[in-house]
Amino acid sequence: MLAKRIIAALDIKEGRVVKGIKFRNIRDAGNPVELAKRYEKEGIDEIVFLDITASYEKRGILLNLVERIAGEIYVPFTVGGGIKTLEEAREIIKRGADKVFINTAAVNRPELVRKIANVVGTANLVVAIDAKWNGSFWEVYTHGGRKARGIDAVEWAKTVERLGAGEILLTSMDADGTKEGFDIPLTKAVASAVDIPVIASGGAGKPEHFYEAFKAGAEAGLAASIFHYNEYTVGELKRFLAERGIPVRLDY
Amino acid sequence: MIAIVDLGIGNLANVRKALGGVITGDPYEIERAEKLVLPGVGNFGAVVEKLEPLRGVILDAINDGKPFLGICLGLQLLFQESEESPGKQGLGVFEGQVLRFRGVRAPHIGWNQLWKRKECPLFEGINDGAYFYFVHSYYALPEKEEIIAGVTDYGPRGREIIFTSALCRENVYAVQFHPEKSGRNGLILMRNFRRL
Repeated sequence: MLAKRIIAALDIKEGRVVKGIKFRNIRDAGNPVELAKRYEKEGIDEIVFLDITASYEKRGILLNLVERIAGEIYVPFTVGGGIKTLEEAREIIKRGADKVFINTAAVNRPELVRKIANVVGTANLVVAIDAKWNGSFWEVYTHGGRKARGIDAVEWAKTVERLGAGEILLTSMDADGTKEGFDIPLTKAVASAVDIPVIASGGAGKPEHFYEAFKAGAEAGLAASIFHYNEYTVGELKRFLAERGIPVRLDY
Repeated sequence: MIAIVDLGIGNLANVRKALGGVITGDPYEIERAEKLVLPGVGNFGAVVEKLEPLRGVILDAINDGKPFLGICLGLQLLFQESEESPGKQGLGVFEGQVLRFRGVRAPHIGWNQLWKRKECPLFEGINDGAYFYFVHSYYALPEKEEIIAGVTDYGPRGREIIFTSALCRENVYAVQFHPEKSGRNGLILMRNFRRL
């Protein structure tokens, strides 16, 4: 049976992991390859790299990093952050990423979703959606959560599915950073509106939260800090889920 | 020496790291190799075209009894043709069809289980029901059941499809999943191939 996935997210700036990482027994907590290897060993199903360098001139650093990760890591990984063109997406895939994700550029130019999907394949294209409840609907935000776009996230999810997105990385801005759990109503609303897999993101603080997200229809749950700070290992989380009947990959 | 056939798609660095050998598209190098790996992603027809100049050396290697491992599209390419690209000729090593998933979500993406159907040297040290990473919309339906080494179930309960995920016949091995993306299980499988 297809397993539900646990995904770790790493923020990358100029080729290095940023944000607090408090792993024990790691020589260099800023080295993305070393961290990715550690996660792989602990049983992570997939890794998402978000490049926050946000400077076109420094794209080369990211591309070299993608190549290094692809040569060393034996689980699938996704790369995104500031991708604006088909060429950038294609180059990232060519260097060895399994998937790319786009966010702001998709909202600005929806036809880009179709263009990228046609070239790299639907299976390799993730559209990231940042959403926040505005009192009447979940509103799409872009530019790293700084710009409200007046678009309904549920409708936008359906649109990107039609355009060729293979997966939706759904981040709740209300839940993000709270550690009080994923936004279940949002997850449920989007997961039931589309047929493509939805990755729940934002708010994970303990294993129960992943259980709730999977019950709400998510195919995968993404977290950063609970893994970075050694609060729970991936293995502990997966055993918790397996005991409650969620199909997860335990043979890592 | 293992030749990992380079069709100009994707990054095969971790396959080389796991298997040793060389990534090459040179027919002479492929001819000299002791073993062959044919990885593959993309469209059946497009890859068949890229494969055209190497068709002869690959078939010779297989007929000479050299161990051969097809990965993902590399499994599907062993059949005569695929529903994905009607009229394009695959390698025709096996008889059967390559069909698109119907009634279940396509592409099939993620970690799923390999259920063994027969003994195969590739499976040494791998448990029944082991997880591997899949990304594909098409699957092979071999005519001869005895070449099926493993199957995978996919889809909601009651409507699931059970498809061929591993083939094994003499020196020819093929898997629908990506061992190079399947963590420890994938590494074990690749090492088993290296040791053949």
